[in-house]
Amino acid sequence: MNIHIKNGRVIDPANGIDAVQDLFIADGKIVAGGADFTAQHSIDANGLVVAPGLVDLSARLREPGYEFKATLESELQAALQGGVTSLVCPPDTDPVLDEPGLVEMLKHRARIVDQANVHPLGALTVGLKGKALTEMAELTEAGCVGFAQAEEPILDTTVLLRALQYAKTFGFTVWLRPQDPHIGRGGVAHSGPLASRLGLSGVPVMSETIALHTIFELVRATGARVHLCRISSAAGLDLIRAAKKEGLPVTCDVGVHHLHLTDADIGFFDSNARLTPPLRSSRDRDAICAAVLDDTVDAICSDHTPVDDDEKLLPFGEASPGATGLELLLSLSLKWAQEGRGAGALTQAIAKLTHGAARIAGLDAGTLSVGAAADVVLFDPDARWMVEGRALASQGKHTPFLGYELAGQVMTTIVRGRVAYSRKPSN
Amino acid sequence: MPILNNNPQLNKNGELQHLLTIEGLKKAHIDHILDTASSFVGISDREVKKVPLMRGKSVFNLFFENSTRTRTTFEIASKRLSADVINLNIQASSTTKGESLLDTIDNLAAMHADMFVVRHAQSGAPYMIAQHLNRTRSDVHVVNAGDGRHAHPTQGLLDMYTIRHYKKDFTNLRVAIVGDILHSRVARSDIHALTTLGVPEVRAIGPHTLLPGGLDQMGVRTFTNIDEGLKDVDVIIMLRLQNERMSGALLPSAQEYFKSYGLTPERLALAKPDAIVMHPGPMNRGVEIDSAVADGSQAVILPQVTFGIAVRMAVMSILAGTHA
Repeated sequence: MNIHIKNGRVIDPANGIDAVQDLFIADGKIVAGGADFTAQHSIDANGLVVAPGLVDLSARLREPGYEFKATLESELQAALQGGVTSLVCPPDTDPVLDEPGLVEMLKHRARIVDQANVHPLGALTVGLKGKALTEMAELTEAGCVGFAQAEEPILDTTVLLRALQYAKTFGFTVWLRPQDPHIGRGGVAHSGPLASRLGLSGVPVMSETIALHTIFELVRATGARVHLCRISSAAGLDLIRAAKKEGLPVTCDVGVHHLHLTDADIGFFDSNARLTPPLRSSRDRDAICAAVLDDTVDAICSDHTPVDDDEKLLPFGEASPGATGLELLLSLSLKWAQEGRGAGALTQAIAKLTHGAARIAGLDAGTLSVGAAADVVLFDPDARWMVEGRALASQGKHTPFLGYELAGQVMTTIVRGRVAYSRKPSN
Repeated sequence: MPILNNNPQLNKNGELQHLLTIEGLKKAHIDHILDTASSFVGISDREVKKVPLMRGKSVFNLFFENSTRTRTTFEIASKRLSADVINLNIQASSTTKGESLLDTIDNLAAMHADMFVVRHAQSGAPYMIAQHLNRTRSDVHVVNAGDGRHAHPTQGLLDMYTIRHYKKDFTNLRVAIVGDILHSRVARSDIHALTTLGVPEVRAIGPHTLLPGGLDQMGVRTFTNIDEGLKDVDVIIMLRLQNERMSGALLPSAQEYFKSYGLTPERLALAKPDAIVMHPGPMNRGVEIDSAVADGSQAVILPQVTFGIAVRMAVMSILAGTHA
């Protein structure tokens, strides 16, 4: 179908575009338009931002294995409602994504559901047990865009070294969340005054920095490309900034919650604020915000983790970590941009949600270049909405932002040239 | 904005509805509890050790973690207030059958409980229960009888009662807390109570492995040398060292711990001559405290136990008289 999007404010950071102009779609691609373009469908985007569909580098869909927490249908609907057209899902499903057949099945299911594009990460080691390497080449053929350990540690550093060497052989990217396998294991909150006061076991910043030092040494030795997931601390970002300056092939993302919240938001043991990695101090939060602006951070992800009531309505230390995020990603990123960060902040936020993220996963996504896949989001940056269970399509209803009013409402989401979601007029 | 940022232990009039922690209580709250407790101290010496303040009320002891001593003192306190006491050892019952904590709470609330006395291994568990009861508009009161490493407010209050009994005034005291501060809910409750009552110097003494970070933000001076830490103090609160922590990565051995941090008569002599020695019990003689000190004239460990009953009676009767 040919679509003509009129009068929107087109923001396409990859091409340095921020202007009111029209956008044309034909045969699932962005096209130049022109005299011979006939629109079968036209959308008036006056007052709206027209941007590349968002690319989320960490969204747990809970399939296979945890369908009671969420299903592909519910979570991919949530993605569209949040303007996310491509998402990368970690391999910690049950069974874990360590065999090509499982990956093919997931891709097949996603094609049938036919909503947002699903790009799985394969397990780096069999069963995520940190012992034997998976068939990375086969898994890549099946559709994996990288390899990860999710939250499971690799106790034996030799295995991590071999994994990086092997990945380097084929040019695969290894996605690691830096965490020391021992220090902070079992911790539930940032090691600091709050955890001390509340008597919660802590995860110290050094859990992240020790792991980063190890990873950087292994990257120096192997030359493997490593994407560092969900950095949580000022000290960690300083190390990454230095590593990038040194020229190491590393990239990093941060979770969108960590742009706003600190450990103080745990308040009186609010298990909705139990996240992995934990929310840290305000100094860390401020450093994360600054690192998005100075490009130390390459992407912002939702770290979408649907958790059901049975696993969340528990004492803080027993509650499952994680929050629903797909539908908050855009609004929370806009909130970051609106907090007095200057004229370029909106474009910067969108860059971190689109081509910044797509580059890491090697996806043909995240731009509105002529010829690119027509994944597009239209949103009203000023329209406000209330974060509450019934407003969310995701089966995960738990978020520390419950009860907040946020700006940024997705009006239309287009996937591969098809209008996959349109917001119904509110009553 | 966040919905549940109000302090769940106070009702909308700022009165104590649940007792979950001492942190955030006003001095007036604590004074009121201690004054009420002093009116109950005599009851235990009477021939009929009962007052009818909670007659017809049901107190449920919900112990998700084992404890004989604390449960017993709450049971005695309830009975002296003429309440009916139901002891539930929850570890051994419903939660192992897969019933969720909040389902258990809903069921017990439906049995018209008036008060839950909750002991749980997880920090914050009584908060979750109290918030749930507030949300469901139940008028059951919650008393935290110890949650993880977080708080043991009735122990903190009985410690304050004991200090007030012997020292009268809080505003000229040096108080030292010695031992495993890291894992101690008693230490946390004592620290909040002492600073709220205006104690000018609260000290924490222990090896770095047992001192949590952030104590200075709680208004506490830390010492790793016990001899320096005990100098000129008025009150010494010894903490119990759990068996499982006596050897491993936190401490090499009980012997070395006693040598470095055990309270001996020689060390006690460094404190003020009229210093009192407290211990929440149960004691490990020869590990954290020398028998000569534990049985000595400066020890007030048994009076603590006696006062503990009166303090728990005070807490329960005050809560029972408060409405949501």
